[in-house]
Amino acid sequence: MSTTVSFSQEVANLLYATDAKPLNCCIQCATCSAACPAVEFMDSTPRELIAWINAGLKDRVLASNSFWTCASCYSCSEKCPKGIHPAEMMYALKRYSLWKNQYPEGLIGPEFSRRFVKTILKTGKSYEPGYAPAFIFEGGFSGLLGEMQNAIKLLRKGRLPLIPAKIKRVKKFRRMISRIIPLEGIA
Amino acid sequence: MKTYAYYPGCSLETMAASYHISAVETAHKLGVELKEIEDWNCCGATAYSHIDELLAQVLCARNLALAEKDGLSVVAPCSGCYKNLHFANVHMQEDPDLREHMNFALEEDDLHYSGNLNVHHLMDMFVDGVGLDVIKEETSDRLKGLRVAPYYGCQIVRPRKDEQSVEDVEGPHFFEDLMSAIGAQPVEYPYKVRCCGASLIATNRKAALNMLRDLLQSAVNAGAEVIATACPLCQINLELYQGEVNKEFGTEFSIPVLYFTQLMGLALGIGPKKLGIGSEVVSSKEALACRAT
Repeated sequence: MSTTVSFSQEVANLLYATDAKPLNCCIQCATCSAACPAVEFMDSTPRELIAWINAGLKDRVLASNSFWTCASCYSCSEKCPKGIHPAEMMYALKRYSLWKNQYPEGLIGPEFSRRFVKTILKTGKSYEPGYAPAFIFEGGFSGLLGEMQNAIKLLRKGRLPLIPAKIKRVKKFRRMISRIIPLEGIA
Repeated sequence: MKTYAYYPGCSLETMAASYHISAVETAHKLGVELKEIEDWNCCGATAYSHIDELLAQVLCARNLALAEKDGLSVVAPCSGCYKNLHFANVHMQEDPDLREHMNFALEEDDLHYSGNLNVHHLMDMFVDGVGLDVIKEETSDRLKGLRVAPYYGCQIVRPRKDEQSVEDVEGPHFFEDLMSAIGAQPVEYPYKVRCCGASLIATNRKAALNMLRDLLQSAVNAGAEVIATACPLCQINLELYQGEVNKEFGTEFSIPVLYFTQLMGLALGIGPKKLGIGSEVVSSKEALACRAT
């Protein structure tokens, strides 16, 4: 016997930690969109995304740049009158789109997230300069130059490390991670 | 001397080293020891939740398990780390199945978390743990009249915790209260809990620069001479990218962005060097110079 899971159910299943009301409680009031400081840079509003998920419009959702434009500021979640947690939904959609390897071309977010996670699974710690290749060339030559100037400013103040930090028990740390998620393909 | 388990977070070893040293110095001066958690790992920032939710949880679980060995409450100076550790802790306390799952993974590192700790932001530790009265008593008039814009940012207040009221989250004033207690003059401005753009500075530069411009304008319009922050990412965005904001929008922002612990330290009579003052990209010399020394 096989069961088909709808797209809206799939998204709902990705929302363990939200401790919030399910997305189908949404009354489309658009308070989330109004509260969002990044909404003008999204191609669809948070309200629209929720409507599309509830309608099962998977391709439309995955073609949107909106959840990759979320800065995780949680203003929407604070304001939602129905107790939905749109910010956690944005995380869930990022996970879903990386899992399906499906997102609009030209976005930096997916590669940035992958690099970030890879670095930490290798060393146990974050290393900012290691993520630069994900976005540094996006701004063309002037973008590259600007980032280099910023890097020099930090270097001169002793705020940019040249060697990535590492935790002591990396091996055990990686074994711990592999009890949660297979490391193959991630790091 | 009261002791806390201190979780510095990755940025405090690099770009935000001045936050680290000023936090430790200031706490010490007020009779608090920040004992660094041994072999702590990255909290996962926001990127981990982009990959796998349980992965994001286990990174925090390891740090909590390490801290639990000493049984001390955890203090995190970075708002992102604080949010991650706080909610991972709550989830594990409330969901025994999740805790069991995490402990199954932690076994690989000979660790176990029972869920007995509390997690505080460094600012909560000062405001609630040490107390504003005590801080006020210890303070000189070094910063008298300095107009400071206290910038909360996001994750020190949001998402709302069970014990918080709407007012606590939408119109908090503990940062202003702390600035007043150390003799500075907090300015009121509408963008104090509005996002700085966070990691959009890397992934969507245009969006981040717009958000930063609005925020800087709001603080400057209110007459601020200094912006005070409680998060390394807010600090780096507001300070390092001021030049780029100016280029993009033709503005002329040149406002120093200091950690609240640096201002506290000065007010408590600690030397500027010991607080990492001087490592700013936008110099704070002028703003701090006209004050009594």
